[in-house]
Amino acid sequence: MPDINPNTAPALATPAEPHKGSPSLQRQRQRAAFWFLAPMLIALFCVAAWPLMRTIYFSLTDATLSNLYDAKFIGFQNYLQVRELSSGRTIYRGTLVDPDWWNAVWNTVRFSVVSVAFETVFGLIVALVLNAEFKGRGFVRAAILIPWAIPTIVSAKMWGWMLNDQFGILNDILLNLGLISQRIAWTASTETAMKAVLIVDIWKTTPFMALLILAGLQMVPRDMYEAAKIDGIHPVKVFFKVTLPLIRPALMVAVIFRMLDALRIFDLVYVLTPNSSATKTMSVISRENMIDFDKFAYGAAQSTLLFGIIAVFVAAYIWIGKVDLSGEKSR
Amino acid sequence: MSKRLSQSLRGAGVLALMTVMGAPASAEEINYVIGSVGNAVEAFKETVKPWEEETGHTVSIVTMPSSTSDQFAQYRLWLAAGTSDIDLYQTDVIWAPQLADHFVDLTEAAKDLAPQHFESVIESQTSDGKLVALPLFTDAPALYYRKDLLEKHGKEVPTTWAELTATAQEIQDAERAEGANDLWGFVWQGNAYEGLTCDALEWVKSFGGGQIVEPDGTISINNPQAVAALEQAAAWVGTISPEGVLSYQEEEARGVWQTGNAVFMRNWPYAYTLSQGDDSAVKGKFDVAPLPMGDGEGAQSAATLGGWNVAVSKYSTKQDIAIDLALFLASPETQRTRSLLESKLPTVPELYEDQELIDNMPFLPAWKEVFENSVPRPSAPTKGKYNEVSAKFWSAVHDTLSGRATAAESLEILEIDLEDIKGGGW
Amino acid sequence: MSNRSLLNTMGFYALVVIIVVFACFPFYYAIVTSFATGTQLFQVQYWPQQLSWTNYNAVLGNSTFVRSLFNSLFIASLTVGFSLLLAVTASYALARVRFRGRGLLLMTILAVSMFPQIAVLAGLFELIRFLGIFNTPWAMILSYVIFTLPFTVWVLTTFMRDLPVEIEEAAIVDGATPWVIISQVFLPLLWPALVTTGLLAFIGAWNEFLFALTFTSSETQRTVPVAIALLSGASQQEIPWGPIMAASVIVTVPLIVLVLIFQRKIVAGLTAGGVKG
Repeated sequence: MPDINPNTAPALATPAEPHKGSPSLQRQRQRAAFWFLAPMLIALFCVAAWPLMRTIYFSLTDATLSNLYDAKFIGFQNYLQVRELSSGRTIYRGTLVDPDWWNAVWNTVRFSVVSVAFETVFGLIVALVLNAEFKGRGFVRAAILIPWAIPTIVSAKMWGWMLNDQFGILNDILLNLGLISQRIAWTASTETAMKAVLIVDIWKTTPFMALLILAGLQMVPRDMYEAAKIDGIHPVKVFFKVTLPLIRPALMVAVIFRMLDALRIFDLVYVLTPNSSATKTMSVISRENMIDFDKFAYGAAQSTLLFGIIAVFVAAYIWIGKVDLSGEKSR
Repeated sequence: MSKRLSQSLRGAGVLALMTVMGAPASAEEINYVIGSVGNAVEAFKETVKPWEEETGHTVSIVTMPSSTSDQFAQYRLWLAAGTSDIDLYQTDVIWAPQLADHFVDLTEAAKDLAPQHFESVIESQTSDGKLVALPLFTDAPALYYRKDLLEKHGKEVPTTWAELTATAQEIQDAERAEGANDLWGFVWQGNAYEGLTCDALEWVKSFGGGQIVEPDGTISINNPQAVAALEQAAAWVGTISPEGVLSYQEEEARGVWQTGNAVFMRNWPYAYTLSQGDDSAVKGKFDVAPLPMGDGEGAQSAATLGGWNVAVSKYSTKQDIAIDLALFLASPETQRTRSLLESKLPTVPELYEDQELIDNMPFLPAWKEVFENSVPRPSAPTKGKYNEVSAKFWSAVHDTLSGRATAAESLEILEIDLEDIKGGGW
Repeated sequence: MSNRSLLNTMGFYALVVIIVVFACFPFYYAIVTSFATGTQLFQVQYWPQQLSWTNYNAVLGNSTFVRSLFNSLFIASLTVGFSLLLAVTASYALARVRFRGRGLLLMTILAVSMFPQIAVLAGLFELIRFLGIFNTPWAMILSYVIFTLPFTVWVLTTFMRDLPVEIEEAAIVDGATPWVIISQVFLPLLWPALVTTGLLAFIGAWNEFLFALTFTSSETQRTVPVAIALLSGASQQEIPWGPIMAASVIVTVPLIVLVLIFQRKIVAGLTAGGVKG
């Protein structure tokens, strides 16, 4: 593949499957594919499908954790119910008209878009750096994984300590550098709480992005760069014209999974700013209802809505990003 | 499917219960779940030994993270599944009423024992006339003050919040003028969490503003005294308390205090021993007093009741043995042992006169007075809805403290919200 | 020209330094804190004031903590092995075999990752009690599949699709069965992707807290994050910062070792040849 334009690269333009085989070979391959897929599907059905269906079912009942199994089916009342007061006024109740819920949706979406955007950019930079040859690369590669390797419950507490207004080191550094004039109560004030969560999340998950992108970069044949170098093409141009299109599939998958994780973010917020309405996300509010407030069904309805919202996001992303699901087009 | 599953599980439980009752008394293994706090697990093994020797049963311990929210969630899940794996649960003071449906009524079994404890403690564990848990030890906050600084500036220990505000401001200004730039007048717990409910309940109660929801279930929070209490607290933020106090829990407050950067602190007894540590900047320079009171009619000193209790699971297959263990653990003798081992505050008034205990815990007499003014959080009347009530309350308070709403406004909204949650009844 | 390249090199190394400092500073701070005791915890320190091993002794002297390290190692390794095995075969089918409904299937697998953990907790709890694996490592290994499998399948599918078609055709001409193609032909080429996904899945399983807490009840079965959460101060309100930080340092070290072992594989990439076709 010496051609550096992937759109016309012959190897990539052909479908991934060998198409020389006879029909019986094709059938044999399909049979094998079935047996290859079966174990995964069974495993996923057990651990995922069953609990998911239970939750969706619970969202249509009046279940509480104290009374999980004698719940009555109440239809969509947890989502929306219309009640007529004796005065004749109609009121609406349920998650869909719950301002706390929509606040959480807004928080989550804002958080996800900002954090994933930053993580993608930083992840790309880090991956490009790690892909270059330099002394001590192994050490740096291990070092950047540290944030991802520390358990979230610990790193969130650790950052909480570092962000503390009185004895936090971050305020101390910023004060010494003269960047701020007085100590900031990062996690307390509503203006900075979201920033604090974002800082910690970007710090924590950039390595995930970087490593996945790096794996993509590693699969780009070296001679492409060499060809570009010989032709004297500017590195930035090489990046946008060659590297980026080639790692695009890997990048897209990395972004999807980060997006899914970000939209479900729970533990970081739960530990760092547990009850601040400025950072409360969908998962946090759903847990709060299910466990703390003993409104299991209501929380289950919120979880189901969260599922729906994520599905819409992913569908939009796949559609807009033209992610090729079946791998049959554009090759 | 799962309904049948759980029924068959329960069926198995009943069957096992019958076997137990039918069989002659044999050595049983009792499962006790406890939060792993400090040396609680080791101390528990020690305290339970006499009971094991006497009855021949063994107690096996299931530990939980010290984070109470994780612990509570796990209890809920276990009890919801009707698991018979756990016989006794060690519960926070606000939990048992919320989980009352899953616990055995101990009124009858503890009819001799209950009157020996502080009345407010027993009241806090009584839900719908059902005694759902027995007290193990208790906890109540007090006002920590810097003796040296009060003396230096010729001040008395404040008995009202107004005095505290004035004293704190004066000392803070004077000390800062002398170069102690990091000194603050008063630190407390202002983060939006259960701890703020405790702090704010004390302010409201000390101003004679009731206790959010009264024992009979009436919502009393929207009243002028409560408004006055919250206005007072809101005025502290940024003056005698750092802005960051709005994110403080117990440890952050202790951090400021123990490095010598606060004149007053509201905190639980645990901070006493730690502040007397060798590396503490305030060692030997402080003392404790009951929390100040407010102004106006019905003003009094108030301290929110904390502490831990033991409850017997309804799904236990060895209920009789479990109840016997619960009674043993809550007895005055065992509480005394526990105080000696773990420096926990007993719930039996007479133990506060016990000289050996006082030698072990020099702060004990100071806390007896604190307990006389202790006020339970409204978990008994609000039952399963307590957490939601508490969350609404602390958010309303937090909004007031951070200046996003006036006290009067947020309490009025809070009243409407609580009415909504209450619905037809708690 | 050489001036410019010197500047470039310096700029590059400056970038490396910035990245390393940002990534490592909190960990460094954890190490500093792990040596601190008492009131020191409430003071800002830029380097350790003393080398006190008290916190480390407290953590490592605790036999259940050491035990939980092995539990985590066992559970995370098995989870990774299990999900990579399932994912490699499944992604071969998804990437290289033409059949109807592939896109839909991939979407369904992805959908599994769209539910918040807390929402599947009750259902999983029922399932695990039903299977009788409550309070055993298998409960965790089974439930971790829920987040490792979709991720590994997707990543491996993407990578497998990009492998040149000629290699597979050559193998088919030689009469290789699909299993031989996977294990003999593709696997060696997929090392970077395998190691990367395996590593990320390992860390995910290593750090998981909620399931590990819910599905175990005895101390001997706990995993590391739960064991850290079980560390506590002398009272409900006190947070034992020193021991927590010491424990975090201890549990992060195996992961760093793991990265150092496998990093050659990550680098190896496709430069080894064979792909150029």
